[in-house]
Amino acid sequence: MKIQILGTGCPKCKKLAENAEAAARELGLSFELEKVTDINQIMKFGVMMTPALAVDGNVKVVGKVASPDEIKAMLKKP
Amino acid sequence: MTDNCKVRKQRYLKWLCGISVGAAAAILYWHLEPLAKWLTYSLLGLSAASKFSSAVDFFLFETPKVMLLLTAVVFVVGVIRSFFSPERTRKILAGHHEFIGNVLAANLGIVTPFCSCSAVPLFIGFVTAGIPLGVTFSFLISAPMINEVALVLLFGLFGWKIAGIYLITGLLIAITAGWVIGRLCLERYVEPWVYEIKINETLEETVITWNDRMRFGYDAVKDIVGRVWPYVIAGIAVGAGIHGYVPQDFMASIMGRCAWWSVPLAVLLGVPMYSNAAGIIPIVQALLEKGAALGTVLAFMMSVIGLSLPEAVILRKVLKLPLIFIFFGVVAVGILIVGLLFNLIMPYMGFR
Repeated sequence: MKIQILGTGCPKCKKLAENAEAAARELGLSFELEKVTDINQIMKFGVMMTPALAVDGNVKVVGKVASPDEIKAMLKKP
Repeated sequence: MTDNCKVRKQRYLKWLCGISVGAAAAILYWHLEPLAKWLTYSLLGLSAASKFSSAVDFFLFETPKVMLLLTAVVFVVGVIRSFFSPERTRKILAGHHEFIGNVLAANLGIVTPFCSCSAVPLFIGFVTAGIPLGVTFSFLISAPMINEVALVLLFGLFGWKIAGIYLITGLLIAITAGWVIGRLCLERYVEPWVYEIKINETLEETVITWNDRMRFGYDAVKDIVGRVWPYVIAGIAVGAGIHGYVPQDFMASIMGRCAWWSVPLAVLLGVPMYSNAAGIIPIVQALLEKGAALGTVLAFMMSVIGLSLPEAVILRKVLKLPLIFIFFGVVAVGILIVGLLFNLIMPYMGFR
């Protein structure tokens, strides 16, 4: 599973990355966390508000720091 | 009980809880004045005539009042914002020409969730969707400058007139400045790679229920009120403190109505400074209270929260320097005109 954090490096992006990592750890998933900081790449996801989170290329969170519980729910769904 | 039933019951309980908290807050809000008086003069037993007791009374009345107002407004704005994603705002704006577009963009700037750290993706998203540059700027100007926290604080501390003036002049500046920038045909100063970006516009809009919207409001309260409450309390404390201790017209000679040069000076000082809206209000309060002119203070406040160096640095990624200068210049001139105008017409509007 590939988890991507989209954002140009603001404090909120770091918090979201931490939450995502915590969520994936707790679920015991095998995952790869990638921070996407290049604006060109971010725009390719169609995201206009950072931070955002994508799972396997699908955008799940836009413009907010989701809590670990919220992210867990997203990771569980197929 | 089935799971589904349990979830539904929990949901009802949550709504019931929310409504009762709201009702309790409203009742409290309407009884704050006698409550503050009772606390000050009966419970603490302070004498009614002293400067100190009137400062305590002021503080005990204003703090819960402004905090309640702030929480309510941030909640409502949070719920309203759940209707306006940047995607939807972009869709609304894309179908309009200049001027109407500028007016819409300035208004949408108030209700669309915005943070200056995502100004760049938003700018690219707007411009590549064919929204004119000037219309995009109207949005980028109004979004930070018209701030709901500032609006509430102004309303709570100075009344609806000053809050209304802030809202209307903020909109006017955003509309006009955006329109002027549009007329100047400055597209060549946008970094060329911006127009080459291919955007994936297939990002589907997620279905949002009313529960989610309430959640949105709740999160906004937790985030914003949780962050700004110390500033708010500091602001009111400053207001209470200077109530009697600094001479009334302390600022009148340097920032009063007759010192016309104080407006440009306020803008010049305010542009590079940055503070969040809640942090600037204590200063506004102190200045106004001590005889500074409304136009001057308004100009200072708008230039501090509306324009900032960090924002310029962020926007430099997509805008060439001349455009950044023009952007800041046009907005600063707009603020300047508003400040001067207000100092001129203030006496006719019932202000000092």
